[in-house]
Amino acid sequence: MPTDTLPQPGKTPGKPAGELIRLERVTKRFGTNTVLDHLDFSVDAGKHVTLIGPSGSGKTTILRLLMTLLKPDEGTITVDGQQLFPASDKQVREIRKKIGMVFQQFNLFPNMTVLRNITEAPVTVLGMSRDEAGERARDLLDLVGLADKRDARPTQLSGGQQQRVAIARALAMRPQVLLLDEVTSALDPELVAGVLDVLRDIARSTDITMLCVTHEMGFARDISDQVLMFDSGRVIEAGSPEKIFNEPEQARTREFLSAVL
Amino acid sequence: MNWDWTAVSDFMPHFWDGLLVTLQILVLGSVISFVLGLVWALLTRVPSRWVTWPVGVVTEFVRNTPLLVQLFFLFYVLPEWGVTASAMTTGVIGIGLHYSTYTMQVYRAGIEAVPTGQWEAATALNLPLRRTWTAVILPQAVRRVVPALGNYVISMLKDTPMLMAITVLEMLGEARLFSQETFRFTEPLTVIGVAFIVISYLASLALRALERRLAH
Repeated sequence: MPTDTLPQPGKTPGKPAGELIRLERVTKRFGTNTVLDHLDFSVDAGKHVTLIGPSGSGKTTILRLLMTLLKPDEGTITVDGQQLFPASDKQVREIRKKIGMVFQQFNLFPNMTVLRNITEAPVTVLGMSRDEAGERARDLLDLVGLADKRDARPTQLSGGQQQRVAIARALAMRPQVLLLDEVTSALDPELVAGVLDVLRDIARSTDITMLCVTHEMGFARDISDQVLMFDSGRVIEAGSPEKIFNEPEQARTREFLSAVL
Repeated sequence: MNWDWTAVSDFMPHFWDGLLVTLQILVLGSVISFVLGLVWALLTRVPSRWVTWPVGVVTEFVRNTPLLVQLFFLFYVLPEWGVTASAMTTGVIGIGLHYSTYTMQVYRAGIEAVPTGQWEAATALNLPLRRTWTAVILPQAVRRVVPALGNYVISMLKDTPMLMAITVLEMLGEARLFSQETFRFTEPLTVIGVAFIVISYLASLALRALERRLAH
């Protein structure tokens, strides 16, 4: 795999590998339902953070706020020193360049080939030439093991293959942060491993920051630097995967883990 | 009632003239309705009531008044305000405008049927709004609505004789003229009736072929 294929944010000269994402007192409500309740947390550059917790506890909402698919009702979100809300459209677009997201339902563009799915944004957003974008897309397809599928349509691929293309598509934008929103939840069980292997590979071989919402606890244990346990819109426990999975302090965490493990 | 083949052959030169005009109306009217309908559909999504409200009023009005009244209005009233055009131009614009208020609803349904995940993926990739529309949303929306648009083409075909009322000599106009001169009604009306069925059938075949092609 060529070394320049993947984003390497830590290599920006002179930039301290410090805090990359910060949420301060972030509240998000849907109607009368408070999904996030004055949430505070931060993620350091290059770290892999996994969010676990029961459904409806606000994990996915955090990713969607960071991707600017939602706006918080209160609080501030900062990415790489730039505040996300309030921000001008131009600022928001600048911040979005730093973030990539992979969705539960893949969300590939069915009207484009696999290759075009990956090159579309680098060409139209980053102004890359079609040739260069195509070259990089081929490298990324190699990385996710789908080199032979570049001319296929998304509908001709299995769910697992689609999700691997979606990962390649997100990485093509060289984001500093990769948001993974339950990326294996919609897959048939036998296809999950292939996707997780690709993500493990990326976690190992790059210094991309990862924020991951998952119910795959084995995967979370493998790749995480930190695990955050959510309940009712708050982080109720945070720590290394060893601590959270082996000796959780909170009764709620133990209860949740015994239910899913 | 007797059938006279000589009347048929006498009518045929007029029939071909009328057929050509009918097909011109159908093709040009369809193009206008497809383009204008898309414009209406997009305008109804502009986040400003100063745009959506007038567009809503105009299109509701056009959709809910008879095509024949609109044609008369365009042909007889607009010239009083200094706007003149040939009967053919007026008719094509009239029928295209009328049908655009239907195709607009088709497009709107097609756009709404594109899953929100597609918008979210476009946002996550930072695609500009214009590019999101042209590269992601519209190609998917239009593909979905081709069958419905095609049905309106066939509907429009059946409305083309209305243009006779503003002196356009399409198939029915030619038939009527022929009847007035020869007092033969059966042959010209039968010939154009068969022609309408044949055109409808060919159009639906073309439509099905197009659907198959788009179903990748």
